[in-house]
Amino acid sequence: MKPLKRFIDRVRPNFEEGGKLHAFHSVFDGLDTFLFTPSATAKPAGGVQIHDSMDSKRTMIMVVLALMPCFFFGMYNTGYQHWLACGIADKPFWPLMLYGFLAILPKVAVSYIVGLGIEFIMAQIKKEEIQEGFLVTGILVPMIIPVETPLWMLAVAVAFAVIFAKEVFGGTGYNVFNVALIARAFLFFAYPAKMSGDHVFVATGTQLGYGPVAADAYSCATPLGQIATSSGQGLSLTGADGSAIGWWDAFTGLIPGSFGETSVICILLGAGILTLAGIASWRIILSAVAGGLLMGWIANACATPTYPASYLTAWDQLIYGGFAFAVVFMATDPVTAARTTTGKYIYGFLIGVIAVLIRTYNNGYPEGAMLAVLLMNAFAPLIDWCVVQSNIRRRMKRLTAKTQQQ
Amino acid sequence: MADKVNLKEVLFNPFSKNNPVIVQVLGICSVLAVTAKLEPAIVMGLSVIAVLAFANVIISLLRSTIPTNIRIIVQLVVVAGLVVIVDQLLKAYAYDVSKQLSVFIGLIITNCILMGRLEAFAMGNKPWPSFLDGIGNGVGYAIILIITGFFRELLGSGTLLGYQVIPQWCYDHGYANNGLMILPPMALVVVACIIWVHRSRNKDLQES
Repeated sequence: MKPLKRFIDRVRPNFEEGGKLHAFHSVFDGLDTFLFTPSATAKPAGGVQIHDSMDSKRTMIMVVLALMPCFFFGMYNTGYQHWLACGIADKPFWPLMLYGFLAILPKVAVSYIVGLGIEFIMAQIKKEEIQEGFLVTGILVPMIIPVETPLWMLAVAVAFAVIFAKEVFGGTGYNVFNVALIARAFLFFAYPAKMSGDHVFVATGTQLGYGPVAADAYSCATPLGQIATSSGQGLSLTGADGSAIGWWDAFTGLIPGSFGETSVICILLGAGILTLAGIASWRIILSAVAGGLLMGWIANACATPTYPASYLTAWDQLIYGGFAFAVVFMATDPVTAARTTTGKYIYGFLIGVIAVLIRTYNNGYPEGAMLAVLLMNAFAPLIDWCVVQSNIRRRMKRLTAKTQQQ
Repeated sequence: MADKVNLKEVLFNPFSKNNPVIVQVLGICSVLAVTAKLEPAIVMGLSVIAVLAFANVIISLLRSTIPTNIRIIVQLVVVAGLVVIVDQLLKAYAYDVSKQLSVFIGLIITNCILMGRLEAFAMGNKPWPSFLDGIGNGVGYAIILIITGFFRELLGSGTLLGYQVIPQWCYDHGYANNGLMILPPMALVVVACIIWVHRSRNKDLQES
């Protein structure tokens, strides 16, 4: 780290007022504070201020770390599903990982280049510091889309989400909706053929020229996709090679699905990291799980063939699809979630209920977690307002009772 | 109204500086509804120009005989009559488009731009300035409709006025139409973008 620090200190004068490269000072500041604790401290105008090193950049890095188990598992699973699709019996670890790595690398690169590019331009125009919010969004977006999503669609969606869900609201920390989910929602409504169905969740071709190729007409839907289109009572879910899959496969994550969302084990690891670091609210996670269980139980209790997803048990609702991922990494986003303690319980609970409600009672949307989180994002400020108002009323009542006694 | 109205301003101000859609933000509902394709957007724009111009003239001629307490009803009757004429004309000569526009021609009567212009301008001005005001506001509305319709049809269907514009070559190489553009939410985003560009070019419109 020493030589890096020396280099940054040496080039710093170029970016300061009057330096040759002053126009790029926000880019420089962004990289500098990303690597090291900011060199400038708050001016002592408003009294003494104590900074702890856990600023928002460090928070973002923790979230990215918490995503890593899912990310690496996603790489393995992408390769694993592809090998299943090609019908190859032995599954060597490293080629599988390499295949998954080559599949995700272009997406991560495109997501970061487009997103950070827009942020850098915006920062230059507004003459502000670069906001670090895209660090997490940039890795979340490739993890919640199908592996076969074309890169240009990803670029359009990321650009749309960063401009219209974030920059127009004022940048990092001011967005009403979760930016990564807006990118996914944009893709989902703009290019439905590429975002759902049975041709997008398992990679069939080579990745950058590497790996075997599956048969031409190969198709495989995600478990929830299969359920939504199934008829009758018996739910028989099949994996990428046509063999039956059960809840254990869904729990470990060796099933077709979006890149990072399949493995509940890895998501639990991430949830542990986030809650121990104090970044994600355990209240939201807990109440969302409770909401999902309750709604899943109700749906299961009055199961009908019209809505095949109602045959899933309440526990199955939690482990299939993107529910767990959305609850741990999307619902807990501190910017868009509710902020009051009671509000967090209500917010999380409703996310759980609505997610299961949508996926069960609307066969057009096999997965409802995305829409549930976006919907509750819109209501989070209202929930907070109601909680604060009721608190004020309660204390007013107490106060008037006290003054009347005296 | 004793002050002399500047005819040039009356006609040209609504094009940009005082545009009914992107500055006054009126008539948004119909902008969302009819702009999925360019052709209905153009027809809708023309219909509104015609109705607005003639309603303005008629109300302006009647302005000193209308009793103040029932003026809204009189205005509505005039607009409704004109809307029915336009609707029938469209059914007779452009049946397909009138099918696409369905209720929205009839709903011109509820367009805030019309009542706004009748109340604010025609009730207090002579027929000729009122006519120009109607044409100006109608064209201001139609411009936004056509810009929005152009982008929505181009990106949402790959066509313009029904003709394929984006070549097959693009589709063969993985391009796909943006389905969201056809849905109403995207019309709002497109109009918002027009407002964004417009305000950044006209500094005096920016609120602090």
